Amino acid sequence: MFDNLSDRLGGVFKRIRGKGRLTEADVNEMLAEIRTALLEADVNIGVVRDVVERIRVQAVGSKVSEALDPGQQIIKIVNAELVAMLGGETLKISYASQPPTVVLMAGLQGSGKTTSAAKLASWFKAQGRNPLLVGADLQRPAAVEQLKVLGAQLNVPVFSAPGDPVQTAAAGLAEAKRLGRDVLIVDTAGRLAIDTEMMQQVSDISAAVKPDYTFLVVDAMTGQDAVNVAKAFDETLAISGVILSKLDGDARGGAALSVKEVIGKPIAFAATGEKLDAFEQFHPDRMASRILGMGDMLTLIEQAEKVYEKDEAEKAAAKLMEGEFTLDDFLDQLQQLKKMGNLSSMMGMLPGMPKEMKNAQISDDMVKSTEAIIRSMTPEERRKPEIINGSRRQRIATGSGTQIADVNKLVKQFSEMQKMMKRMGGGGKKGGKGGLNPFGGGGMDLAAALGSRPPSR
Amino acid sequence: MNSSYPLIFLILAAVVVVFGFGVVLQSRRKKPTPVIKAAPKKVVAPEPVVEAAPVVEVVVEKKRSFKNVLAGAVSSVLGRGEINDTSWDDLEEALLRADVGVKVAQALLEPLRARVKAKEISTPAELITALQNDMASRLVGTNRELNFDTSIDGPNIWLMVGVNGAGKTTSLGKISAQQVALGRKVLMAAGDTFRAAAGEQLQTWAERSGAEIIRGAEGSDPSSVIFDAVQAANARKFDLVLADTAGRLQNNTNLMEELRKVRRVAEKGAGTVTETLLVIDATTGQNGLSQARLFADATQVTGVVLTKLDGSSKGGIVFAIETELGIPVKLVGLGETMEDLVAFNPTEFVEALCSTT
Repeated sequence: MFDNLSDRLGGVFKRIRGKGRLTEADVNEMLAEIRTALLEADVNIGVVRDVVERIRVQAVGSKVSEALDPGQQIIKIVNAELVAMLGGETLKISYASQPPTVVLMAGLQGSGKTTSAAKLASWFKAQGRNPLLVGADLQRPAAVEQLKVLGAQLNVPVFSAPGDPVQTAAAGLAEAKRLGRDVLIVDTAGRLAIDTEMMQQVSDISAAVKPDYTFLVVDAMTGQDAVNVAKAFDETLAISGVILSKLDGDARGGAALSVKEVIGKPIAFAATGEKLDAFEQFHPDRMASRILGMGDMLTLIEQAEKVYEKDEAEKAAAKLMEGEFTLDDFLDQLQQLKKMGNLSSMMGMLPGMPKEMKNAQISDDMVKSTEAIIRSMTPEERRKPEIINGSRRQRIATGSGTQIADVNKLVKQFSEMQKMMKRMGGGGKKGGKGGLNPFGGGGMDLAAALGSRPPSR
Repeated sequence: MNSSYPLIFLILAAVVVVFGFGVVLQSRRKKPTPVIKAAPKKVVAPEPVVEAAPVVEVVVEKKRSFKNVLAGAVSSVLGRGEINDTSWDDLEEALLRADVGVKVAQALLEPLRARVKAKEISTPAELITALQNDMASRLVGTNRELNFDTSIDGPNIWLMVGVNGAGKTTSLGKISAQQVALGRKVLMAAGDTFRAAAGEQLQTWAERSGAEIIRGAEGSDPSSVIFDAVQAANARKFDLVLADTAGRLQNNTNLMEELRKVRRVAEKGAGTVTETLLVIDATTGQNGLSQARLFADATQVTGVVLTKLDGSSKGGIVFAIETELGIPVKLVGLGETMEDLVAFNPTEFVEALCSTT
């Protein structure tokens, strides 16, 4: 894994802290780190050069604030710059006055066109539309079958005909009109941008169906070549927007920035999971912090909001701060978390996590055995784990089908966590009433308190 | 991995999400760096994938794009008459554009800078040659043959793994055609039971390549499909089981656990896994390293198949994968036909990289 930008800049800033103003040498050193961070995120080198120059202009001569961590200051500048670059005009889908609204999918082999086509159909359905999918990928074996299976799962009809993809697409358009479907999504075969014959074919398909929207599907893991691909497709098809696929991976996704910057078309959607509803409109601010390796807090918070009641969360938070968080509460929270999805992936979204922890694997088995241990405890033991003695331990281990050592470990770690949280609670109060606000001053203090006093493990 | 971390995390995650902000938890304990074991080299009868002669031509021709990108930078280095700061910038940019990554590019250029300073290298031409030699020396000497062990009882099992859309099923089809051409009886195991119609896609390849196929129901357990295929292959005296698996992102713990199980269960029966091929798309950027690390950790990857190198991307990430993790690149995909999967030739890869034409 790569270091995130804040780790990178940390080293530089330790040396320049206390200086009143950034010298040119300081700025250069810092910009070199930013450059590396962006390159490791797969941002195209040409784009990196431009970004770095723009940041230089803003950074030279800026005052080093004593109160603020200069690293944070610079990160703010970089982050704002990236958000500005990624964002701008968002793509608003407007529907054709004469239905159907035609959408054409294009991209390299394996970028995720077929899956994205189905996900897009699902998205349109959720908007109250009636899409028709057209399988015009007659190249890859079983691509049409794949689309048909996905269509059946979504209850969206799929049209295809063997033979010529251009004719198939045209026939699909006629079919949509016949069936009165108001959105037509045409899936096409994957093709290389340098394959002139195939690029001509997709251009013919485009001419045949006259799409209102042409989406280029770009794999979030794409490297430096993303810009060449995007340019070539844009020249052939006049892309209206980009769908960023496989964003649930651990790629930083710098390709998004490169493509946006080079063809100037918005990133419209992002695919974020294997399920067909794991598809959402693109959030430039989240992408910026992801590219910088700063985690994806907003997504995490949004997920949390879906499953958590506000009162409930505040109550639990208060208990934690006061050190009254019991194993029962922990069990409750664990159930809530499980609703939000895979624990390991949530971990990856937390900013400021040391690498080894980001990579921590939490398997379902581990969660299950933890639950089993707590459930094998009496209510009293859950409230006061310190009363757990040898024979209780034995009973709990037997009851939960685990080893005594597992029980010990859980109890020990739980008490450490309690200590840590109490400490954080103390720090948080200094930060004012913002303790529950994720971005409030309190949060910073808490993180700092933890950082300066590592647990004695 | 030390198992106390995840538990702390379980607890922390509960806590952290309630608060909704990040917690920095310093840790003194270091996670052991994953050691990538080299594949057991027990090749009894090394089998070249395809005959050498036509391969060379194809590679040379198809790599032209690779050449082209670097050509500009390299010839401007050469055209300068002396080595100056711009020369270094050009070389670095060329390497970065090929996706070799910042670290590798620096590791390649740093020693050269020292040698230029020490006046060991004085002309741009010498510099290019030295870079070329350094890169080649990091790649040569690795066994790149597909491991087919004739000494074992039961069938050889070759397992295809990788992220979604890398080209596992297609590569498997091409490998099948080549192995059938070598006179081997090949049975495909349609272990991708997740993606819609992946089984149909593989079926088409089985028919094209003259192999047989065992399929399970969509959504069924991939381990058992592959296990069944191995048992069937053994009973019917097949030489080779080519097992496909569903694409998965390497950070998806549960799916990686599933893959670990596939690898384990595949050997429960009569066969032996003699090759686990990680399929990597040539367009992949720096995430390729994470893919290689985590797939190797889960399935003891023995080689890389680099697909889609006929496009405009350079596949430089495999240089990093091979030199940093020691996983050899074995095959290269250069097109859509069955013949377009060829043995990786490191010398050509590097020559193309540093060529001036």
